[in-house]
Amino acid sequence: MCCTYAGTELTGTYITSRGDHAVVKLENGYNIGVPAASIVCTGAAPAVTPAVSPVEQNPDLPGVAIISTGGTIASRIDYRTGAVTSQFSADDILRAIPGLAEIASFRAHQLATILSENMHSGLWQDIARCIYDEIRRGAEGVIVTHGTDTMSFSAAAVSFMLETPVPVIFVGSQRSADRPSSDNVMNALCSAQAAISNLGEVAVVMHASTSDDCCWIHRGTRVRKMHTSRRNAFRSIGMSPIGTVEYPSLEVSLGPAAVLRGSTEPALMDRLDDRVGLLSFYPGMDASVISAYEGFHGLVISGTGLGHVSADSIRTLSGLIRDGTNVVMTSQCLNGRVCDRVYDTGRDLLAAGVIEGEDMLPEAALMKLMWVLGTTDDPDEVTRLMQTNLRGELGRCSPHGL
Amino acid sequence: MDYEAIGLKAGIEIHQQLDTAEKLFCHCPTRLRDISERDGEFFRYLRATESELGEIDRAAQEEMKQVRRFSYYAYDTTCLVENDEEPPAPLNPEALMVCLTIAKMMGATPIEQVHVMRKLVIDGSNTSGFQRTALIALNGRIPAGARIETLCLEEEAAQRIHDSTFSLDRLGIPLVEITTAPDMRTPEQVKEVAAYIGMLLRSTGRVKRGIGTIRQDVNISIAGGARVEIKGVQELDLIDEVVRREVVRQQQLLLIRDELSARGAVADPAPIPVGDLFKETKSAILKKAPCILAIRLRGFAGLVGREIQPGRRLGSEMSDYAKKCGVGGIFHTDELPAYGVTEEEVSRLRTLSGADDADCVVIVAGSRQKAECAVLQVVRRAQYALDGVPEETRKMLEGGSTAYMRPLPGAARMYPETDVLPVTVTRECRDSLVVPELLTDKTGRFSATYGFDEQLARQLAYSDRLPLFERAVAEGVKPMLAARTLLATLRELKRDGVDTGALGDDCLLSVLGKVESGDLAKEAIPDVLREVASGTGVEAAVERIAPPITSDELVSIIRAILTEREEFVRERGMGALGPLMGVVMEEVRGRVDGRQISEILKNELASML
Ligand SMILES: [Zn+2]
Repeated sequence: MCCTYAGTELTGTYITSRGDHAVVKLENGYNIGVPAASIVCTGAAPAVTPAVSPVEQNPDLPGVAIISTGGTIASRIDYRTGAVTSQFSADDILRAIPGLAEIASFRAHQLATILSENMHSGLWQDIARCIYDEIRRGAEGVIVTHGTDTMSFSAAAVSFMLETPVPVIFVGSQRSADRPSSDNVMNALCSAQAAISNLGEVAVVMHASTSDDCCWIHRGTRVRKMHTSRRNAFRSIGMSPIGTVEYPSLEVSLGPAAVLRGSTEPALMDRLDDRVGLLSFYPGMDASVISAYEGFHGLVISGTGLGHVSADSIRTLSGLIRDGTNVVMTSQCLNGRVCDRVYDTGRDLLAAGVIEGEDMLPEAALMKLMWVLGTTDDPDEVTRLMQTNLRGELGRCSPHGL
Repeated sequence: MDYEAIGLKAGIEIHQQLDTAEKLFCHCPTRLRDISERDGEFFRYLRATESELGEIDRAAQEEMKQVRRFSYYAYDTTCLVENDEEPPAPLNPEALMVCLTIAKMMGATPIEQVHVMRKLVIDGSNTSGFQRTALIALNGRIPAGARIETLCLEEEAAQRIHDSTFSLDRLGIPLVEITTAPDMRTPEQVKEVAAYIGMLLRSTGRVKRGIGTIRQDVNISIAGGARVEIKGVQELDLIDEVVRREVVRQQQLLLIRDELSARGAVADPAPIPVGDLFKETKSAILKKAPCILAIRLRGFAGLVGREIQPGRRLGSEMSDYAKKCGVGGIFHTDELPAYGVTEEEVSRLRTLSGADDADCVVIVAGSRQKAECAVLQVVRRAQYALDGVPEETRKMLEGGSTAYMRPLPGAARMYPETDVLPVTVTRECRDSLVVPELLTDKTGRFSATYGFDEQLARQLAYSDRLPLFERAVAEGVKPMLAARTLLATLRELKRDGVDTGALGDDCLLSVLGKVESGDLAKEAIPDVLREVASGTGVEAAVERIAPPITSDELVSIIRAILTEREEFVRERGMGALGPLMGVVMEEVRGRVDGRQISEILKNELASML
């Protein structure tokens, strides 16, 4: 197309419209917004077929499955229009991340292309089933690419639904893959190396620091996104990371807490009850907020300090529990253990039938409660399971020195 | 030289830092820091990203020849945006207004809806791997005779400390980029246009001053040559020399091309390992090199060593290309034997590589990988020599010669910065911008209105203290007093080692005000300022240096002096006025204005006689 602007004829490519303006990409690469009426179409922009070079996979390398859900671990820029498209096929990912093909041979599954805040229980089940199938087919490790916002929820959900003898690695990037500084390449390479390592559990592999020096391997039930935008946003809470992957050497070191490869047989228990909520208490909270959970099968409370809510809230909770809702207490301190035996409030909560969530993270407790209620509706069994360590989500001793 | 005849075409691109309170895409101050003040350091790897066409930008690819790790220094005045760990803040409106003002001064048309782009830059100077830039206005014109093609607002890159270490204090300072059309035809014209634009920018009073705050890039080509962009000409005085030398370089390269062509020269692309030849060499570099490769350039003898610019040979160009692979440089037979390489080694080298007298042999040394990369680069540059002048981005060396930096970037290296929303520039906003008076006009006005001679007027208009001068005059200080104090007095004090930087505008204004109101004699200004610069308040300084003297006190001082010298007074009559004036001045040491003294002295003298 062309348009007359600033007294000269400008030639460019029409990109889109924005308000009353047409966005035009000029030949010098800049986009400008000009009055929509000023542009004249002179012809369709020539179609561009991406030149795709085939990627050689080495069948002698360990087989690893990549399951993508929508996080952009690989993307491609169309400099003509400026569009950035996420890439999901194994070939695309291998092309975008040089070095990956030297670590393993990959099979890719695209389960979804969603923003991670749109994740839901149905998709968690799909992910768990897909991983299980891949393990049964002989995959030596599985990588799940995931948006970082809710990665820890998904990692925890999969942790409970699956018993795995091989590493199941969740990975993402904090800075979009189109930028030369993206953390995607390092995270992907480290996750691939972790996926063929001696690990045997569900984990998250992401940057350990702001430098490109090392990735941490976090347990799927103990990890939390603790920063909105930094590369090293992911932290293990209540324990040290279970391992590290050095960069660029890609040397994997597993800590003493890591569950090792082959420790269990693959098993899938994929029932989830999604009538479960998570509520963060705050001072002055209207108890009717709690009443909104009437009819829910489970509710995790993120309480203050040792695990408290107001006296008002306790009365409402008590009614909720009487009507059959299983209520689990966790702490918004994130670090440390819930203990409702120290103050009257706590004792009142216990009397009302609240289950102490020990040192579980609120989100991990939520995923666990969904999974437990998918398995049993017997309140005593729910209590027992919620207070039993199943996937390293709950510790009997609170470590010092973290 | 007849530049018209050789078809010189030159354009310039000026980058000027803006003096805004905050950076372009974050709220950090635009303050430069000393690297010793850094409070954080981290490192990253940058990668060229694949475009839709499956091709990596050629300039980017050049940088990728070496896998490089970049380190960054952070400060308590930088934030996560500079670290590329937080999305950018909205485009700084202050910077946009300054840029639009400059556009208006150049008669350029603003873009109605401004879109911020990401321009790929992976030399490490941008933590993100791209530089954010937005086209703000098009098609301006300046009287010096050049069309202004575009005005862009960009973020400044990080400052390179050494090799691949960068300081983040500079990253993100707003920068206006002004690109002229290739309208200039002589080196002098290039200088004139650059000077005019520089003056225009300074007229806004909103641009940063000092070394490195303005940089000129020059685009040059001659008929039959190629477009070459020379980066980072910091001194305006050198810009014409840079153009002259580039013209010479292109002419020499064209002559070399013709001669190579006449000789039927060929750049033989097969490297020959020659490490064994140099096992016992006296050249330390060659002796310790794990791998030495030679390349035979058939028909190149004498031309590799030919000077194409002061201090630069075709061999220097090849060396620049080879250095991209991480080797220290090259050796070639046009300059050997030298550097510890003996005559005998050279002749064995020639034999081994099958070179005769018409050929030049180039050798590179380094790790196997680096040497292989470097030798291919040398061949590439040799092949360009067969075609004449390669299109390149070059950097300026001391004196005005240039060295190769990277190929000219391809066009396909920009995509939208989706984290920054487009900004609509309304007509009201454009109309409300006040066009500042040009410094050249100001100079004329100062001469005409205040009677300053041209030199003083010009000095003042271009001075850092110009805003203060205008403020002082607006507040009733006599223009000449203000100008003398702010230029001459401050310059003299500075020469005497006084820290004049410590003299804030308000202090200076208050001292000038006291002179104007008669509370301080202008003769006392230097001493008072000296005291103020050392940390004393203005009031206290005046009190200490020149406590005001009432006219009653002055009268009694003068009477005492007259009485003491009564004989002299009687002898000389009114003729004693001159000599006594000095005595009184000495006594009151600049605390009273000379005119007042002379008035009282005259009266007292008359009454005594
Ligand atoms: Zn900042």
